[in-house]
Amino acid sequence: MTRLTPIIVLLFFASVPWWLTDQYLLHTLITTGIFILAAMSLNLLLGYTGQLSLGHVAFFGIGAYTSALTALGFDVELFGLFRVVHEPWPPVLGLLFGTLVAALCGFVIGKLSFRVRGAYFVIVTISFAEVTRLVSLNWVELTQGPLALPGIPPLTIGFPGLGYMTLWEKTENYYVVLAFIVLAYILIKRLVNSRFGRAMIALKGNESLATSVGIDVTRYLVIAAIVSAGMAGCAGALYAHYIQIIDPMIFMFLNTVTMVIMVITGGKGTLAGPLVGGLIFGLAPVVLRSYVGPEIQWILYGLLMIVVVFVLPQGIVPAIEQWFNRTKAEPLREPSVAGKGERA
Amino acid sequence: MNAPVAATAALERPVALSIEHVAVHFGGLVAISDLHFTVGEGELVSLIGPNGAGKTTAFNVITGFLRPTKGKVVYRGTPLTGLKPHEVTKLGLVRTFQRTSVFDSCTVFENVLMGLHRRVHIGLVATILALPSSTRAEAELREQAWDILRLVGIEHRASELGGSLPYGEQRLLGVALALATNPSALLLDEPVSGMNPTETGNFVRLLAKIRERGTTILLVEHDMPMVMGISDRVVVLNNGRLIAEGPPSVVQNDPEVIRAYLGQGAKSA
Ligand SMILES: Nc1ncnc2c1ncn2[C@@H]1O[C@H](COP(=O)(O)OP(=O)(O)OP(=O)(O)O)[C@@H](O)[C@H]1O
Ligand SMILES: [Mg+2]
Repeated sequence: MTRLTPIIVLLFFASVPWWLTDQYLLHTLITTGIFILAAMSLNLLLGYTGQLSLGHVAFFGIGAYTSALTALGFDVELFGLFRVVHEPWPPVLGLLFGTLVAALCGFVIGKLSFRVRGAYFVIVTISFAEVTRLVSLNWVELTQGPLALPGIPPLTIGFPGLGYMTLWEKTENYYVVLAFIVLAYILIKRLVNSRFGRAMIALKGNESLATSVGIDVTRYLVIAAIVSAGMAGCAGALYAHYIQIIDPMIFMFLNTVTMVIMVITGGKGTLAGPLVGGLIFGLAPVVLRSYVGPEIQWILYGLLMIVVVFVLPQGIVPAIEQWFNRTKAEPLREPSVAGKGERA
Repeated sequence: MNAPVAATAALERPVALSIEHVAVHFGGLVAISDLHFTVGEGELVSLIGPNGAGKTTAFNVITGFLRPTKGKVVYRGTPLTGLKPHEVTKLGLVRTFQRTSVFDSCTVFENVLMGLHRRVHIGLVATILALPSSTRAEAELREQAWDILRLVGIEHRASELGGSLPYGEQRLLGVALALATNPSALLLDEPVSGMNPTETGNFVRLLAKIRERGTTILLVEHDMPMVMGISDRVVVLNNGRLIAEGPPSVVQNDPEVIRAYLGQGAKSA
């Protein structure tokens, strides 16, 4: 793969609103993009530290609700003792708070569960997602429960002096989501190619050896959880302001499963994996729907997933990389290559 | 026991590492009982004994992988009780593993970078923003990685996967990883087991280079000619007990050591 590949891919996706006339497909691309963002955040934990968060949707939903409530305002009575009143704030602040609150939850979950890892982390995250779902369903005064939170204002972006723009149109939302994906990609790339990412990869590969060379395993797991949860929260906030209505269904387990499918099929522990897997499994339902009925659609979806997992157990991206490396293997030598030992 | 010998050694060098009346029980099994010895600054001490004597268990206790049932370990005045392995490493005390242990699916170069984890500190925000300070620090890390690869002599393998190296070079990579942490004391668990005589010879030269830096070494090894050739002192374990301690010449001729270990060890060496 050349250095140019990401640029070419980006240019292609930047051009989509120019020629795509089908507004429904554009809408699907936006929601798929938001889920790709969430899948990228999941990949940081699952792919690079090896920890499976089966409640990842909790961070997504928390980001969505926090951002929505920040923008809409609320008036709740706590423990029958005092009232908390919050006036509506600009949606951009909601996006920020959604990200931060989700990151904070990632910190707490990480601190709680990473002393004992593996299955324990899976159980803690599932339970956490269920608790957040029940809270969103039952704290009616704050979330309106199953009645949903309607009328969430779209994001307004811009800089003082440069002017502002409110994202009413699909095309505008598309570009914002694309920009967030690019930012997340760069952030994850820098992170995993740094001392932080190496610590994560080390603890996943050989934990005793990692601790033996002085890596504080728990610390790096918690850092990964914070960044991952914050990114998922940010995706959730984008979702809330784009769809403009959210309800407790956002916390459903199926959403986590979708993220996991995107990561596993695309290739966990690769930068492009969640993008490729996300595009395929985000667009598949829509593409299939235009040819077959809903029952057949989900059966085909399931079959597609099973085929990918069986044929390419490492995922699509690692398979392509391997194929490329075989076609042009290039031996590295010391003096000229200081740095070529690094992860592509 | 050989208290006078230990006393002279302690007089010559300040004590770096002291193992104080350590006992380790696994359920009913006594893996180590009342182990007590010291290693001086810059000294090379070998810990020998038959299979199952408790040598690796002693390493696990010293480096925080196991809690002793009784006793404690002190390094440069700091008791290691309750410290986790990475905290022990922070104090400069680093071990290698008896079972070959490298990051299999990372390149040799990445392996060493992982070992260099504690050497250069780069903040999370600086990393994400790719600030010049982080880029510079990363470049410095890469320089250091090449230095270590050259020192150990596996620089030609830099871009190969750790798990794909021949056995002897995997052992060397394990040592490179430990060296990358810049240890003041190095604990080597059977570093030359499975190496051919040429590789062993090279390794002895590497050890000499490491010692020139003043690094303290505690060595577990079954290769008796090597142990007797390079050690300042030898500590002999049998069934979890210390049965002899002293310079190689003394230990080699100790009747109890010959009966318990050297009798059979010499044959296989
Ligand atoms: N985690 C453990 N649980 C139970 N028993 C253990 C454990 N680790 C070691 N032992 C036992 O403790 C004793 C000492 O083992 P240890 O590995 O320290 O021996 P060693 O001196 O390193 O031997 P070798 O020369 O074969 O490496 C053995 O009887 C071993 O079976
Ligand atoms: Mg052993």
